[in-house]
Parts: sequence; C-alpha cells; structure tokens
Amino acid sequence: MFSKIMAPVDLAHLDKLRRAIDCAADLAGHYGADLVYVGVTAETPGALGHNPAEYAARLEAFAADQAEAHGIIASAHAMAAHDPTTDLDDALFRAIDDIGADLVVMQSHVPNLTDYIWPSNGGKLAAHAKVSVMVVRG
Amino acid sequence: MADDTTNQGIPEPEGHSDIIDTDYEIGQDNIETRIGPFGMDIHNPVFLISGLSIVAFVFYALALPEQASAIFGWLRPWLTSTFDWFFLGAANIFVLFCLFLIVSPWGRVRLGGAEATPDYTYVGWFAMLFAAGMGIGLMFFGVLEPVYHMAISEPLGVASPFAEDGSIIAANVAAAKTMGLAATIYHWGLHPWAIYAVVALALALFSFNKGLPLTIRSAFYPILGERVWGWWGHLIDTLAVFATLFGLATSLGFGAQQANAGLTHVFGLPMGISTQVVLITVITAIALVSVLRGLDGGVKVLSEINMGLAALLLLFVLIAGPTLLILTDFLSGLGAYAKELIPLSNPIGRSDTGYAHGWTTFYWAWWISWSPFVGMFIARVSRGRTVREFIICVLIIPSLVCVLWMAVFGGVAIDQVLSSPETSAVKAQVIDSYNPPLSLFAMLEGLPLAKITSVIAIVLVIVFFVTSSDSGSLVIDTITAGGKVDAPVPQRVFWCVFEGAVAIVLLIGGGLGSLQAMVISTGLPFTVVLLVMCWAIWRGLMAERR
Repeated sequence: MFSKIMAPVDLAHLDKLRRAIDCAADLAGHYGADLVYVGVTAETPGALGHNPAEYAARLEAFAADQAEAHGIIASAHAMAAHDPTTDLDDALFRAIDDIGADLVVMQSHVPNLTDYIWPSNGGKLAAHAKVSVMVVRG
Repeated sequence: MADDTTNQGIPEPEGHSDIIDTDYEIGQDNIETRIGPFGMDIHNPVFLISGLSIVAFVFYALALPEQASAIFGWLRPWLTSTFDWFFLGAANIFVLFCLFLIVSPWGRVRLGGAEATPDYTYVGWFAMLFAAGMGIGLMFFGVLEPVYHMAISEPLGVASPFAEDGSIIAANVAAAKTMGLAATIYHWGLHPWAIYAVVALALALFSFNKGLPLTIRSAFYPILGERVWGWWGHLIDTLAVFATLFGLATSLGFGAQQANAGLTHVFGLPMGISTQVVLITVITAIALVSVLRGLDGGVKVLSEINMGLAALLLLFVLIAGPTLLILTDFLSGLGAYAKELIPLSNPIGRSDTGYAHGWTTFYWAWWISWSPFVGMFIARVSRGRTVREFIICVLIIPSLVCVLWMAVFGGVAIDQVLSSPETSAVKAQVIDSYNPPLSLFAMLEGLPLAKITSVIAIVLVIVFFVTSSDSGSLVIDTITAGGKVDAPVPQRVFWCVFEGAVAIVLLIGGGLGSLQAMVISTGLPFTVVLLVMCWAIWRGLMAERR
C-alpha cells in the first residue's frame, strides 16, 4: 500500500510526538515501507546544533536508533529554513516531493479555537498535500 | 536562485569546524511554557527584565513628564557635544576597519563556513538592508538635508548663498551647493553603513561560524569568555532590546506625526492625535501580518515592494526634473564627498558646531543606538556571503545608492530653491520656516503629477515604517528568546503589538521626545560595544580557516 512514509519530527519535543513516532514506525513495519524522518532547523545556532550540519547528524542518529528499535529501514532528511516557525508548512510540502513519500504521519493537537485563526501544520498538510496524510491526535 | 536555499536538504559537512567550545547550551536559560493555547520560549532574565524595565520607563515618562523631558532633554545634547570627538573618531575607525577588511586576505572568509551558499539573491538582500536600516531616513531627509546644509547650517564654515534680505549671492552659490550635497552624503554614505556593517559582521561571524547564539552578547565572548552567559551578557542584551524597542516606538510615534503632516498638506486630513493613533495602528497591523508570514513571505516581500516603489519615484524625479543637471550633480556630489570627506570627519577642533554637533554627532549616536537591531537583522540575512562581498555590498553599494538618492532628490530641490526662490515651496518649508515633514512634498509640488507622486511618497513612508517594525520585532524576539529564531509565533506577535502600544501611549501621554533622547543617549555605551566588536571580529577572523 505504502512504500515510503514520511514522519516530520521536532527533535526538541520528542516526548510530545510519541504517538505519531510509534505509529509511523508500526506502519513502516506493517507495510514494509521505508521511513524517512524529516526535521526543519534554522540556520542560526540552536539547542539542537551549532549549524544545520550538526542538526542533520543528530537527526541521522535518531533515525538510526529508531531503525534498530523497531526493526525497520529508517533514514533522515534534515532541512534548513530561513524562518522555521513560519516556513514549516512549505518545507514539509517540499520534503514530500524531495523524498517521494506516499504517506505522511504527523502529530497534531486536538483542534481548538486558535485553529480557526492559525491552522495547525497537520491540518494544513492534510488539506493540501497530494499524498495521504495521517494526523495523529493526542 | 539563492532564495531557494530555504527548505533545502543539508549537504554533508566537510572539513574542520571552527565552533567555539563552550559549555553553554542555547536555550538553557529559557523558560518553555504555555499561556492558554499559546506556547512561549523566552530567555529567563532578558525577556522579563527588558519587558519590565520598558514598562517602568514608559510609566516614568508619563508620570513625570517635565522631569523626564528635563533630564533626557539635557542629557542627549550634553553627550553629543561633550563626546563629539569620541563619536566622530569611532565612526572613522569603523570605516577604516571595514575598508581594510575588503582588501585584506581575511576577506575570503565565508559567513556560515566554506561550503555555505548565499541565502538570498542580491535584489532581495539589498531590499531588506535598506528597508530595515535607512528607508525612512532617505524619504525624510533626502530633500531637507541638502537644502538645509546649503543654505543654513554652514558645514565647515561655507557661506550661505542667501543674504540677510533673502537675495541670492551669486559668488557663494557653487560652493554652497557642492557643500550642501557633500555634507548630506557624508551622513548617509560610508559612515552609517560602516556602523551597521561592523555589528552585522560581528554577529554573523560569531553565530554562523563560531556557533554562538545570535544575540549581541556573543560578540563579547573573546573578551568575557564564559562570563558572557551571566549578568554581563544579560546587561548587554537587555540594553540592546531597550534601545531597539524604544528606538522603534519613538520612531513610530514621530513618524505618525510626520505622515499626518504629509496627509494634511496633500489631502487636508485632520492633523491630530486620533489620526496619528490610527496611522500607528495601521502600520502595526500591516507589520503584524508581515511577521506572521515570516522572513521570506513577509519582511522580504514588503522590502522588495518598497524598493521597487522607491526606485520608481527616483526614476520619475530624475526624468521629470532637470535630468542632465541631476546626473551632473551625482558626479559632482561624489567628487565633493571624496574631497570633503576628511575635513567633515575630523573629530577635533571643529568650529562648525551647529553642523558637527547638531547633525553629525546626533546622527552617529542615533545610528549607533539602532545598530544592534539593524546589525542583527543584516547578520541574519547574510549567511553564505564572504566577508569581502559582505562589506562591499553592505558598505560601498548602499553608499552609492544613497549618493544617487541625495543627488536626485536634493539636487532637484536645490535647483528649485536657487532658480526661483520667490515661488519655491521647498524654500518656504525649509529655509523661511522649518517644516521637515513637508520638505519632500514641497519638492514634488514643483514637478508634474504631484498628487500621484505625493501619494506614492506617503505609501513609501508608511511601508518603510512597517519594514522597520517587522524586522525589529523579529530581532527583539530573537534576543529575548536567547538567540533562538524559532520561538513560538505568539512571541513575535507580542513584541510587534507591544511596540505599537508603547508608541501610542507615548504619543497620547507625551514623552516621545524625552524617550527618543534617552535612546540616542544609549549611543554612547554602544559606541564602546562597537569598538569591542571591531576587535572581536579581528580575533574571530584570525582564527578562521580561509
């Protein structure tokens, strides 16, 4: 059904993404799909690396850990954005094309009032992506 | 296209890393929490201390307006006249240092590492440099300054072409006109851009190459070492936030008054606080949309639109005005600038104190107090450039553009004043009386299609305020988040709205003047900061592989 699954991750808040990460790994195992973790970083130094190259290395290490833990084929696709908070949606759309993903599994919060003003990333991806998108709530 | 460097995959790292080895982890002092549905990620001391001290100063200015006005109204001119030698001398050092870097072998060092590629095209990059740093000033002073220096302020003792009775003294005209242009170009050429370039280079080097957080304190690491993460650093960053926010808020307040004056003059709109409050609200609202759309989708787009409009206005004035004369003015202005540069930048023994204190040191203090904001913004958008390319494009090319701008707008205005002084609106608004906000409109009245060009000018002024406000909000957000550029969006919304709110409160309650004087007073400590940054850049570049 699916051969390449994309899982956007925020390495700074992995605890909040547990459900989506586990779900993506389970689906990859079930369908025998490759799992690609996508992360978007700023070009300025941050908590996750002094530069985008260090962040990419961190994401690779995360992917390797996940591959070993779940027995799946997992890789990393790190991206650098000029303004990550506002460029995130565009970055994820681009990643879908770059990777050739046919399913995106991502975490989202339970919808609330602010979603009418600021749609969530998961919501926007689900509405506009050309591939299947699974939004994991909670 | 360089703009496509956003959202790209990251290439394999190659070669040696020059990251500074420090135990400090970016974000270790931050508080991450939520207020209702809104996330927050703030640097613990800097956000809280800046926010509280800003509120405290606003209350002080409102509660004790006479005292605040007396203190800061005295402090600012005292500083600029007592320390004139310091400001002028320091600015000269910045220019010489930047020019040296262009020709030195360290010009080959690339910001972001040897493999980095430029984040933006030249067009987008220039647009953002101008819109953040200088756009408003060019609009307001492009006509006013050349005329004023030609006729009234007597830089370097040049004689005015106007006699006491208002008649023209033909023998004085050529020298006064040349000096009017040169003295203006001096204020908008190499020196202010060198001030911005020094700060921007220091921040870019220590952030992109050395891996330190994108905050003002990082440039002090070579001197303070690990102490820079403690109270010394908190003080430096808080001062920067302070100067930026009050600089923006008071600019916004005065700008609203000036835009109101323009609207009243051109359209007969009522002149008053309610119009100005509406203007500030509109500017803040547009800036808000811009910060929500982010750096590429908001700030850059607005900057490019504005530069396009400004170029259009410049071309129109060039074509509709005395074109050949203007082009001659450009060349003679450039020549006069080169000839008078050294006497004008002489820091000691000046007899033309009206010009040297009232304009030059005021400007230098003003720009130095803005430099943390503009410098940080330029740093953020300059990744991938070599030091040589960076300095040429931040120092030389904008200076040339300013020369062209002054030659066109100032040249046309001077021509209007000298060729028909009895009917010149510019003479009426600048020489016979002093109405700075009306000078640009007065010049446009002497050209065809005045109503249309005046509308374009008002739009330009408003959008230049927006681009200062949105880029300023991003900078304050970054400093108060400990150098993180990916703090939750509500934080930048907070700062954008806060700026507008402070401007409105000061406008209504009085206090714009005294707090602007206070901001300019921060130019003195920041001059020391910039001198330290020169030394830090030097140390930093020496340690880089080339």
